[in-house]
Amino acid sequence: MKRAKRINLFFFIFASVLAVFYAFPFLLVLLNSVKGKREIINSPLAWPAEFRFDNFIAAITKMDYWTALGNSLIITVIAVSAIIITSSMLAYYLARSKTKFSAATFLILVASMIVPFQALMIPFVGLFGQNGINLPLNQITICIFYVGFGVALSTFLYHGFISNIPYELDEAAAIDGASPFTTFRKVILPMLGPVTATVSIINGLWIWNDFLLPSIVLSDTDQKTLPLKTFVFYGKYTSDYGLAMAGLVLSVIPILIFYFVMQRKIISGISAGAVK
Amino acid sequence: MRSRRQEIRRFLVFATIPLIIFTVVLLVPFFRGIYFTFTNWDGFTATDFVGFDNFVASFNDQAFWASLGLTLLYVLASVILVNAVGFGLALLVTIPLRGVNFLRTAFFVPNLIGGVILGLIWQFIFGQALPVLAEESGIPIFKENWLLDTQTAFWAMVIVTVWQMSGYMMIIYVTALMGIERDLIEASYIDGASNAKALWYIKLPLMAQAFTISLFLTMRNSFMAYDLNLALTGGNPYRTTELISLHVFREAFGFGNFATGQSQAVIMFLVIAIVALVQVVLTKRLEVQR
Repeated sequence: MKRAKRINLFFFIFASVLAVFYAFPFLLVLLNSVKGKREIINSPLAWPAEFRFDNFIAAITKMDYWTALGNSLIITVIAVSAIIITSSMLAYYLARSKTKFSAATFLILVASMIVPFQALMIPFVGLFGQNGINLPLNQITICIFYVGFGVALSTFLYHGFISNIPYELDEAAAIDGASPFTTFRKVILPMLGPVTATVSIINGLWIWNDFLLPSIVLSDTDQKTLPLKTFVFYGKYTSDYGLAMAGLVLSVIPILIFYFVMQRKIISGISAGAVK
Repeated sequence: MRSRRQEIRRFLVFATIPLIIFTVVLLVPFFRGIYFTFTNWDGFTATDFVGFDNFVASFNDQAFWASLGLTLLYVLASVILVNAVGFGLALLVTIPLRGVNFLRTAFFVPNLIGGVILGLIWQFIFGQALPVLAEESGIPIFKENWLLDTQTAFWAMVIVTVWQMSGYMMIIYVTALMGIERDLIEASYIDGASNAKALWYIKLPLMAQAFTISLFLTMRNSFMAYDLNLALTGGNPYRTTELISLHVFREAFGFGNFATGQSQAVIMFLVIAIVALVQVVLTKRLEVQR
């Protein structure tokens, strides 16, 4: 028993050292965000001589932080809700209809998951840009795009879950006179909670952090999301590391808060999503 | 059985909107993109069919080969290291240690943050912090900025990728490890198996499915890596660390070679599809039926 304890202590120390390594980049950025320009370049590893928060105040104005945060939030919330509604309905249809058409549709959806966005982005610009159907480049447009890209995986996740819901429930509702849509809304939808959590977390993290699609679609600076703003800002002020560090801290904070509030849901959502 | 009319009504109610969006956003650009690779499309109009000229141009483009080769190396290194580290972490955090939840969080958090921000953070680490650390501690390995040399910049990308993705794979492996029935492992101990043997003969075969998924996810993500590449090295020095994604992007939007860029994107898709299929078929074979 004593030996086992000593081994566990060894593993505990080893794991803690590793954890410090994993956290090291964040800690360093946090530490340097409260330093002055020169102090960062001369002694990036030292404890700050004094804690100054003017970097943060300057960074908030320069990257237009609240607007960018709002944009990211709006796009993520609308797109994720739209993905939940569309893919749960599509999955319900596909799981309950036994036609060849629905089997083929399901197959196409699954196959589409390995298409990289890079293979679509060039025709995208031609199709939806000024020379195509000229969609307004705003939040609604980008949300529709996210639905198009996200619907396959989410439908797949919902499909697996709905297939396990007994068909007798649908029949019972039909006998009671419910229309297919009412059956879906009153009987099926309330049972989908666990998958909906998985679907929202997987899609939410993806959309929140996405860079490539917004960088192509959102050209108006008032509409730019947080990742775009961090990058633009960095390019312009690379010499001013204090601002850049504060900007990075500000970009990381919202998702960290979200994680600590939703920790359990996120971890179980990810493992449930992967096992499917 | 439902009547034909009922079936059509259900389709209209539940499936039309999602499928229209999916078709317009994904299928149409995909097939239109393939069509454009056989034309002289310049981003505005396509006047002529040019057969396989764009693919020939891509195959003759030295920079494209270099980028594709680099991407394959990067995928190989990332897939091996991410999963080795992720699995190691999973074994570590399934030991009943104090503060296990805290440890899991520390390993997982890099995954929550987007590639661009991670790239910028590490740009600072490699460029500013580590050279100073090397000077003060006398460890020479980080003395030069790793991002200024092709070879070390490549490994810098791999290191950041491992740091970012291993936590995610850890979660998948932890779930799989916890899902193994305790009786099976205890039975193996009673039969005299050591820890290592129980891991190799009992646990690994029973969690093969987790490997299928993790390998697929790592492979797919590292093939498509763009954000990290852009923010960490930007393809520098001299475009020698450009992964395929960034290369395609610059070919099209930087140099205006839309048709060639698209043909390279299609080649990229084919490579991903083939590698993914082979990988899934191979690892599926190792899975144990229960």
